[in-house]
Amino acid sequence: MFRRNNSEGSDSEREKSLHKVPEHDVPTPSIPSQRYSPPTTDWQRVNWQERFQHLAENAHDPRLKKFYQAGLDAGITDANMPISEVPMMVLDFETTGLNAAEHGILSIGAIPMNLHRISQQQARMWLAKPRRNLPAESIVIHGITHSQIQQAPDFIDILEEVLEFLAGRLLIVHYQGIERPFLAAAIEERIGERIEFPVIDTMHLEARLHRQKQLTLWQRFRGAKPVSIRLADSRTRYGLPWYHPHDAITDALATGELLQAQIAHHYSPNTTIGELWS
Amino acid sequence: MEAEHIEVLEFIRQYSPFTELPEEELAVAAQSIEVGYFKAGSQILEHNQQVADLHIIRSGAVEVFHRTGELYNRLSDGGFFAEAGLLRNGRVRYPAHAIEDTLIYFLPGELFNRFYDEYEEFADAVETEDRQRLKRAMRRNQNANDLMSVTIEHLISREPVSISADASIREAAEKMTNEEVSSLLIFDELVSTDEDALPSGVITDKDLRKRVLAVGLADSTPVREVMSTGLVFVEHNQRVFEAMLIMLRRNLHHLPVLKKNRTIGVLSLSDVVRHESKNSLFVVSSIFRQNSIEELATLVPDVQASFVRMVNEDANSRMIGSSMAVIGRSFKQRLLELGEEKFGPPPVPYCFLALGSMARDEQSVVTDQDNAMVLHDSFDPEQHDEYFRQLAQFVSDGLDACGYTYCTGYIMATNPEWRQPLKVWQEYFTRWVDDPTPEALLHASIFFDLEGVWGEIDYAKLLNELVQRKAKRSNRFLAFMARNALNRTPPLGFFKDFVMEKDGKHNNSINIKRRGTAPLADLIRVHSLAIGSRARNSFARLEDVMDANILPPGRGPDLRDALELISMVRIRHQALAIEQGEKPDNNVAPENLSDFERKNLKDAFQILSSAQRYMRFRYPPGAT
Repeated sequence: MFRRNNSEGSDSEREKSLHKVPEHDVPTPSIPSQRYSPPTTDWQRVNWQERFQHLAENAHDPRLKKFYQAGLDAGITDANMPISEVPMMVLDFETTGLNAAEHGILSIGAIPMNLHRISQQQARMWLAKPRRNLPAESIVIHGITHSQIQQAPDFIDILEEVLEFLAGRLLIVHYQGIERPFLAAAIEERIGERIEFPVIDTMHLEARLHRQKQLTLWQRFRGAKPVSIRLADSRTRYGLPWYHPHDAITDALATGELLQAQIAHHYSPNTTIGELWS
Repeated sequence: MEAEHIEVLEFIRQYSPFTELPEEELAVAAQSIEVGYFKAGSQILEHNQQVADLHIIRSGAVEVFHRTGELYNRLSDGGFFAEAGLLRNGRVRYPAHAIEDTLIYFLPGELFNRFYDEYEEFADAVETEDRQRLKRAMRRNQNANDLMSVTIEHLISREPVSISADASIREAAEKMTNEEVSSLLIFDELVSTDEDALPSGVITDKDLRKRVLAVGLADSTPVREVMSTGLVFVEHNQRVFEAMLIMLRRNLHHLPVLKKNRTIGVLSLSDVVRHESKNSLFVVSSIFRQNSIEELATLVPDVQASFVRMVNEDANSRMIGSSMAVIGRSFKQRLLELGEEKFGPPPVPYCFLALGSMARDEQSVVTDQDNAMVLHDSFDPEQHDEYFRQLAQFVSDGLDACGYTYCTGYIMATNPEWRQPLKVWQEYFTRWVDDPTPEALLHASIFFDLEGVWGEIDYAKLLNELVQRKAKRSNRFLAFMARNALNRTPPLGFFKDFVMEKDGKHNNSINIKRRGTAPLADLIRVHSLAIGSRARNSFARLEDVMDANILPPGRGPDLRDALELISMVRIRHQALAIEQGEKPDNNVAPENLSDFERKNLKDAFQILSSAQRYMRFRYPPGAT
């Protein structure tokens, strides 16, 4: 079982205990282990308004068409939209590994939110049975039993429901290197078409604050370490409580709260989504 | 698939009022909660804005204010607010703002109101009418009050020791010596498996002396032949005083105690005597048997033990306060008796006065001595004062040795100012009442709780009557007394492990006398002087004040409950210190208070605070 909270590479004992995957199952991490690096595709330069308009017309799959159209209707592609007015959805996946090309989605947690409230009442959770690299029987995934996974539907069977639920809301994640490629890969594998969307990445927002400057040689000599931008460490900086990690709903909630805190401290309700997404 | 909100659920279930909800409702609550973040310094609720949710603090700290801008409460993790608005008109009553970065869980108001209506315990825990809660708490407490309620079981400290009826007297004597008991239960056949068997007799020290040694029986004689039969059993849940009556009536010293038809021990007369020796009346009678200051000082542990015992037996503050006052008074009386033996009879008649808490019958175990002497008008300082000076010094030193420390304000008969003839005292009181100044009254309030404890106690009566007559007619005097009664204020409540003050400052502990019982007694005294009450005890004064109808409706009973609660917290705090071998004091640290005490203390402080506001309104500062 693999989770990417650990993109900093410095495993705590607690997290080590979760990595019960045999060595050979561990993929070559596509995530840099020492330093956060910005996303490979320059999503920030995409004109989402035009892109969604194009995709709403040209996507083949009707479910995708609907997804793009709903995004346009809700205005989540308008870079000038203030963050306080945009409907959002905080999203978290649990996966079998870190590489979207090799691993699959196990569970999806999604909670609708806006700048002021995160709504538990409307939260949804799905389990999915990955096609490849199923965890060995002995592995009990955090909060999910092996038999639950065995009985879970294939992603294709929940695709429509998931897309309808996510549609019309700006997606919020902590580290876009998971949800974005895994959702795209899962859909492409099943219907032969990729999905694209803007996200606000709370880890990227933290990186902007703490990773703009490289540590000087002197600082490194003095043993200074870069500030951790992992979810739990980031939350601590805003006075947010510690939550048990590795449950899709809890991690989604934790991410949503982090976004509210980041906006309260470093931005304003009038900050446009164009300044925040990536 | 329905999402499970484990983190939220596990959080709310730890905190009142959610602890009162069944499991399925907790899940409903967790599922319905919304979450929001507030940066330190930001406003969470404005006065009178619409409010639709109960606000629960997940992490951080929040201040809640009165509409006047006065701090009302400060809350941290697990605290909740906005309930008052939800239960009334859906508008915010107390504005709130975040003093630390704060994460709020919002529980929908509809759900909150449903829980409130359907679960009485939930409603009790939420209860916004602080007075209601305190009243209920005090009522529950009073049900447990019964000084006569100690059961026999309470005194049984060991399993009974027994022997077979066929054993020899010698074996019995050896067993009694080895086990260090004064009696043995005798069983016909000692079958340990048959627990229901009742003993057929008992043999005691006294039996061995009278029936064996005195008549020269051989020590090989079986105990059967000398044991007492026709045992009188008592049940474990009978009261100790019932057992005492049985012993007296039947002239028995040992009673086997039954529980579910099994003998669980033997109650002996000495157990009862030992128990009763911690009784305050017993302490009083031994005070009068001591013949020197040194001997009197040896009774201090007994005084403390009787105090602890009353606390453990759930006596109320009035019983404890008056018992301790009786003990204190007895020390004074015995010391004066001894002093008159030492220095000879007094040259002129005099009255020794007790002042303050002793006169009010509200003494605690931590107290200094406040006393004075009223001398006959024929008193001639040149001739007589040396005698009274020596006597006053003797009593004062004696009291100090017995745990009543010297008064730091020097209000003692050793001070010549407070050792004066009756006519001078009458002048004092006349001046205080007719021509008051705030400074003069600042230290004089203690003289308005006055009692004669020795000698010509009519002098004390004359002074009390003078005050009673004059005070109620002097608005100026009452206004100054009222102003002084407002000098000491209660804290706002508690925050984390601190005492929170109205200006938002934190303290590690609270002097519960200075901030609680004393300002309450001051306040009640002013009202009681205003109506010319003769009572001195604060509870009795309050009853008179209530009868006179000078307080807004409901305030009298509130004050009574507040006084009882604060007094009991103070008393329990001191009893605990004594039990732990520490020196009892008045400084209570919040970390040593139970949740129940904190909540109710806070309510009591608010009642005191609003009573002080009323007093300020009743005697406005400008009027003097």
